[in-house]
Parts: sequence; structure tokens; C-alpha cells
Amino acid sequence: MIAIVDYGVGNLFSLSCSLKAVGADVVVTGDREIIEKADKLILPGVGAFRDAADKLFNSGLADVVLAEVKKGKPLMGICLGMQMLFEKSYEYGEYDGLGLLKGNVVGMDGRIPEELSIPHIGWNALKLKKNSPLFKYINEGDCVYFVHSYFACDCDDSVTATAEYGAEITACVEKNNVFGCQFHPEKSGDVGLKILKAFCELGE
Amino acid sequence: MITKRIIPCLDVKNGRVVKGVNFEGLNDVSSPVSLAEYYSSNGADELVFYDITASFEERKLFTDILTEVASKIFIPLTVGGGINTLDDFEKVLGCGADKVSVNSGAIKNPALIEQAAKRYGDQCVVLSADIKRVDGVFRVFAKGGRENTGMEAIEWIKRCVGMGAGEVVVNSIDTDGVKKGFDLEMLKAVCDAVKVPVIASGGAGCIDDFTTLFNEVPTVSAGLAASIFHFGEVAIKDLKAELNNKGITVRL
Repeated sequence: MIAIVDYGVGNLFSLSCSLKAVGADVVVTGDREIIEKADKLILPGVGAFRDAADKLFNSGLADVVLAEVKKGKPLMGICLGMQMLFEKSYEYGEYDGLGLLKGNVVGMDGRIPEELSIPHIGWNALKLKKNSPLFKYINEGDCVYFVHSYFACDCDDSVTATAEYGAEITACVEKNNVFGCQFHPEKSGDVGLKILKAFCELGE
Repeated sequence: MITKRIIPCLDVKNGRVVKGVNFEGLNDVSSPVSLAEYYSSNGADELVFYDITASFEERKLFTDILTEVASKIFIPLTVGGGINTLDDFEKVLGCGADKVSVNSGAIKNPALIEQAAKRYGDQCVVLSADIKRVDGVFRVFAKGGRENTGMEAIEWIKRCVGMGAGEVVVNSIDTDGVKKGFDLEMLKAVCDAVKVPVIASGGAGCIDDFTTLFNEVPTVSAGLAASIFHFGEVAIKDLKAELNNKGITVRL
């Protein structure tokens, strides 16, 4: 069973439906016991880093997730959920993340050419940098759907894929049992479903 | 590299897709769920649903349809039409919409953009502006293009982006339904004024109109159209193949 960690941020309907579409047994939950029973965890997230981090830490779910990851349970962060895997975010201030991955989350403004729109919204091609079990069913150049204005940097040791947007934008990260996608696999059509399917199959 | 997006727009009334020419004379086209599935598997990069119903019962029908679409289709969904309050945002986001488009609701209450952006994030708030030239000036129109608000369009768009709109749909009333091409002059003016992605709407009649759009206004992010897709005049796959041939980056 896969638990989508519900800590009160964003709408998890599509994510839940997309996992069901690849045959996963999925539950959306903020219940500690269910999260502990799950085989894999997904940490979603939309909106501002500070609000989301506050909710995750204040609900006590951050500790639950950290404890489960420590036991070796696979965790996938999506979008803001991926950004929260890192040490710090500099979105409207300086805020602590879960610290599961080395690196920081910074704004695109000033780091990409002036003429490019911010947020980075749309379908962009993946450049695969390292092998990852998540890439089992996809290919170099496959497009996925991004929506974000901040991105992870100083994270060379965990980057497995990037996308070109005036700079190399961190797209996928992985370290041991911790995975992350900056884009939305649940909104990335067949390619996204293939990534979710590969995550669901980890350890099988 | 980021790809240029092709977005079919589905106007939904009484549970069916309709499309008006110059906002009048609506024709029933097809079922929203089957049309959405068709588009999703044939190259559409995202879908826009406009709820053009008025009554409470019809709105319920719309949100039921939206839920069904969102449970089957895994590309971004934008919903617009009758969005006046944060409750309206909540309702459609709960049914699986990713972005919410505001038009008249923002004109009546501009603070709606700021409140929604704060609660759901900028990426969730799409400003849709119906714009028409009046004595040579771009003016914002409300109520489906029927009422001149008197506001200058570029200033309005800049103000909304400043309040947190994360994307702007520019719908030219002057070119809408005419099928002679997008309103390049209007789109250039908007793209030069804001940093967020701009989506062109109104006027697409053939594949060449999209090629011209992306060549002439390279900063525009997406092209949106309805009837030419619904009536099969342009197949999105053919359109994208042609754009790709012309060196315009698209998702194939």
C-alpha cells in the first residue's frame, strides 16, 4: 500500500487517481498508523514553502515521515514535496526542510535569462543524468509537466535528471530510498504514469 | 527546452461542449469527458474547461463532469467560468482542477486574485482577459465580452500579475471566431508587459496561424483554440508535427 501523506496542503485527488491508474493500492492519509503500515510514501505539496513546512512540522507528520525513511521505506516527494526533502529553502525568507537531501531551494529569478517567464510552467524534456529505477519505463527527452518558481541547487550528489530552462533545473533527485520529482508526474500524461509505476514497483 | 503548449478549450453548458462564434450562436459539439479523453491521448498539452452555465443545478452537473475528467485524464486541467469567490476556487480544485481561471470575478473584486494566490499559490491563478480595441486602445471587457469595463488592458493585466496571477490568457474579441489568425499585436503588447506565461486565444483558423503565432511572438507560451479542434478542422497531432518541422519546440 502507498500512502500519500496528507498534511493539509493542496488537492490530492489527481495524484491519488493517477496512482490507481497504474494499479497501486493507494490511500490519502494523515494518520500516523496508516503511514507506518504503508510500503511506500509520497510527499505531495503545492503553494508556498513556509506554509507547507509549517503544516508538515506542526502536524507531527514530518517526524513520522523521517522515522519511516530511516527504516528504509521509499519516499517520493513531488513538486514542493520534493523541495521539502532538502535542507533549506530561500522562498520569501529562510526555512528549514526535512534535510533528507543535501542542497537548498532557491528562486529562478536572477538565475535564468531575463526573457524567460517565471513560473516555469509547461512541458519540458528530461535530461537523464544518472540511472534511476524511476526511469525504468521512460527515455531521455521525454517531456513532463513543470509548475514552479523555485528549484533545488547545490544538490549534485542527488540529481538524477534535469530540464533545460535557461539553466539546468533540477528535475529528479534520488539518494538511497529517498526520491523526488520537481515536476508533476500525475499531470505528465503517459510519461508521468510510467514514473509512478516504476516507483510503485520499487523493491518488487 | 520548454515546449510551446497547445490547449483545446471546452465550453460546457448543460453537460455538453459548446463553442460560440464571437460569443454568440452556441453550437452543441460533444461530450466533455469523451472529448477530453480524445484530446489527452492525441497530443493536447492541457485542457481548459469553461463553465458557461448559470443555475446551481447546472453547476453541479459541471463539477460532476470535472471530477470524472480529472479521475481519467492526467494532464493539467484549468477551469473557468463563474469563479467569483474563494469558495468557487475551493469547489473546482476539490474536483481535480489544477488551475482556476478568473475573468469577470476579478474585475468585480480584484482582491480575489491576491487572496487566491496566497491560499493556493500563484501557479493556480490564471487571469483570463477578454480584450477588444476601442478607438485604438485595448480595453478589458466583462460578462463574456458584452460589457466594456473602460479599463486599459495592459495596465489591468500588469496589476493582476502583481497581485499573484501566475498565467495570463489573452482572448482577443477582435479576432475570436474570425479564424484569420491570432491577434499578434495584442499578444506582443501583453508579452512585453509581464513575465508570467501568456496564452494566446482567439482567432486560430488553421495550422499556419499557430506557426505564425510562435514565430512572430516567440515569448508567447501557448496557443488555445476550441472550434477548429472540436470540429476536426485541425488535428493537434498534425499541428504539432508541423510546428516541429518549422523548428518550434513541442511535445510530440
